[in-house]
Amino acid sequence: MRYIDGAVRDFKDLDLLATGETTIHRLDARAKVVVTLVFILSVLSFGKYEVAALFPFFIYPAVMMALGNLPAGYIAKKIVFVIPFVLAVAIFNPLVDGQLMIQLGPFGITGGWVSCASIIIRSILTVGAAIILVSLTGFTGICRALEQLGMPQAFAVQLLFLYRYIFVLTEEGGRASRARELRSCGKKGLSLASYTSLVSHLLLRTWERAERIHIAMLARGFTGEFHTIHPKRFGGKEISFVIAWSAIFIFIRLQDIPQLIGTTVMRMIS
Amino acid sequence: MHMSDALLSPQVGVAMWTVSAGTIAYCSRKIRNELDDRKVPLMGVLGAVIFAAQMINFTIPITGSSGHLGGGLILAILLGPYAAFLTIASVPVVQALFFADGGLLALGCNIFNLGFFPAFIAYPFIYKKISGAKPTPTKRSVASMAAAVIALQLGALGVVLETVASGIASLPFSSFVILMQPIHLAIGIVEGLVTAAMVSFVYKAKPEILQSALEARPIGHEPVKNVVLAFLVMALLAGGILSWFASKDPDGLEWSIARVTGMEELKGTGEGLHGSLAAFQERLSFLPDYSFRKPGEVKPGGGGNKSPQAAMETKTEEKKSAGSRLGTSVAGTVGGLLTLAVVFISGFLLKKRVQSA
Repeated sequence: MRYIDGAVRDFKDLDLLATGETTIHRLDARAKVVVTLVFILSVLSFGKYEVAALFPFFIYPAVMMALGNLPAGYIAKKIVFVIPFVLAVAIFNPLVDGQLMIQLGPFGITGGWVSCASIIIRSILTVGAAIILVSLTGFTGICRALEQLGMPQAFAVQLLFLYRYIFVLTEEGGRASRARELRSCGKKGLSLASYTSLVSHLLLRTWERAERIHIAMLARGFTGEFHTIHPKRFGGKEISFVIAWSAIFIFIRLQDIPQLIGTTVMRMIS
Repeated sequence: MHMSDALLSPQVGVAMWTVSAGTIAYCSRKIRNELDDRKVPLMGVLGAVIFAAQMINFTIPITGSSGHLGGGLILAILLGPYAAFLTIASVPVVQALFFADGGLLALGCNIFNLGFFPAFIAYPFIYKKISGAKPTPTKRSVASMAAAVIALQLGALGVVLETVASGIASLPFSSFVILMQPIHLAIGIVEGLVTAAMVSFVYKAKPEILQSALEARPIGHEPVKNVVLAFLVMALLAGGILSWFASKDPDGLEWSIARVTGMEELKGTGEGLHGSLAAFQERLSFLPDYSFRKPGEVKPGGGGNKSPQAAMETKTEEKKSAGSRLGTSVAGTVGGLLTLAVVFISGFLLKKRVQSA
């Protein structure tokens, strides 16, 4: 039950963030979608044993959160929540891959631990990029951008419909679920039988509602697409945004910057 | 929980994106051309129902643990394969963006694993074949159960294959399969039970929904065959591209970048600072003890003058030999920590400036 409330709150929080009015928020959504994809691809293109070489990529979330005025703590919390699930698979790396990789004095670190660390860094970066994208652009903006980038219109309409009804139905499902939990006095009532009848009722009610809504929409001239004003266009700002970030990503992808800094510092010390 | 980006290689991710995007485009065209537009709002709302239903848990008989509905099969039964695929495909998009459940690059994989198997394999070839033209309640239950189990087994196998092909997780194929398949057998049985119960409930309460789903579908055998065929072609293409990359180097992007940058540029940069990653890594691998490289030990640009192919070949050999190309030497660690510090401080300062402005 708390999960449902939390999920609804998640939607509302991220939607609220997306209504911000910073320079980054005002950019055309396509630019942000493209940059996010380039970012994820460059991060994931590293070999499985890279750890330090991934660090420079943190510049992207750091700058975007700062410019977009996003709450760092909130986004960090969302990322931390996901890591256990990645770790469930990554934890097998140290068990399977026992080859010694680094010798730091008496401590030997195996390749498995290195690649496990790499997976965690990867997931922080990629999950962070996704959350930042949605909190800077909003779901509607992303859908429109994807449609302009060539996503079929039927799928775009599907995504927008889904998004509009998720609020209504999760709240309705949440109420039904709460009612069932309150009447089931512990665990006994949460059986498969009551579950299917509950979900089936939800389904039938929704089906009828969808038909009513559709008739109402037809009466108002719905022809299968959502018309929106497009105040944003892909202008010079967007082009430079995409080019600048892509150039940075490719540069840090090709140059191991931590290694360079480390070598320079060590040379100065010795 | 869906597949996340962190365990995926770009090659597998992009290949599966292509496959899923192609299937989505095909289904969208089908829906536009052949089905009545009444289905469009219905799809959106049913996607939301699946979303809501996934949040309500129930107690699984015998084990006592809790489970929830996956939903792919029930959508295929209610909407037919094309509309169902689009509906299922839209759910992981929302989950990836709002709950960080599954990555953006992994969307291709997740849509395929969750949508393709129930809509285009389990529904037409298992459910419809078993339930037949005049389904009885028993037939329908058996059909839902079998279809759900097979869809989930195939989906789980998809996850395993995509993860192993990516090569980021070290878990070998056989152990991963042994871990995944039995769990998904259990989940599949539960999904089958719920789907069967829901289908029979809907049939009793509103039989015209199922009937219309059966009749209004002008989908013969050919279109489904087309999808499967198209998928096979795409899979072969993707597999071909993948194996082409894999045969050169596990890291295809690196390889293609080295090819694009070409030899000329590599020759021009003696220090290797602006050279390609391959040349750079080759130089690093001269550090046998992973400690700080003493200046003058390696001639600058020693690796930079090699052709990218040659550099790649030496690199693959190095990978085999004790993975010596690690950037995690002492210098790397120091540099990494410094980089992180610089990044966070600059982000913090930037934020202060933005807020005060």
